[in-house]
Amino acid sequence: MARVAGVDLPREKRGEIAVTYIYGIGKPTAINILKKANIDGNKRVKAWTDEETARVREIIERELKVEGDLRREISMNVKRLMDIGSYRGIRHRRGLPVRGQRTHTNARTRKGKTRGVMVKKKPVAAAAPAAPAAAAAPKAGA
Amino acid sequence: MGRSLKKGPFIDEKLYERIEELNRSRQKKVLKTWSRRSTIAPEFVGHTLAVHNGKKFIPVYVTENMVGHRLGEFALTRTFKAHGQAEKAAASPTGKT
Repeated sequence: MARVAGVDLPREKRGEIAVTYIYGIGKPTAINILKKANIDGNKRVKAWTDEETARVREIIERELKVEGDLRREISMNVKRLMDIGSYRGIRHRRGLPVRGQRTHTNARTRKGKTRGVMVKKKPVAAAAPAAPAAAAAPKAGA
Repeated sequence: MGRSLKKGPFIDEKLYERIEELNRSRQKKVLKTWSRRSTIAPEFVGHTLAVHNGKKFIPVYVTENMVGHRLGEFALTRTFKAHGQAEKAAASPTGKT
């Protein structure tokens, strides 16, 4: 079982792909790590020796910030922006795009799923039993 | 893309001198400025600057964390219009009359 940085690496995958299952390691970093550890990137994780696994683990621990530490660093950076009240911080707070993208359309990744448009009911139709507050409004006018 | 290190940070000379003047005389005064493009230098910390947002001056109290940002980042130029509560509040008075 190859456990690195608190993540189980998938045993059936090629080494350079398996390492990318760790948060903070993408393809280029993965290739780099395996080169440093002197392991063929095509070698499956299940074929790694204990010693090779240890080398990978050591390189990651020594040189990289991954998983929880990295997540914490990112959220601290975002929090700093929010605390000083900068434009970027405010965009983070409101959940809108931070880097000047358009929001007229799109931006759904930041804004989340569409909330849709509330269809306004005609006052006459709503006046019946629906809401007393809504019913009171037209009376005040008349 | 970031700014070339060779050039160093951009700070409006006049604004910088005015701040230095305050530091030398150990005064704290609100300085009005239009120079939103100026980077906040460590010397600015502890001062309050009134940064123009195109319409009026927004008081910005400079803290240590803000060093390296631009003044304009703290004086928003746009009014934020959101749906939901704000809209309901705006709709209800018109509904009564």
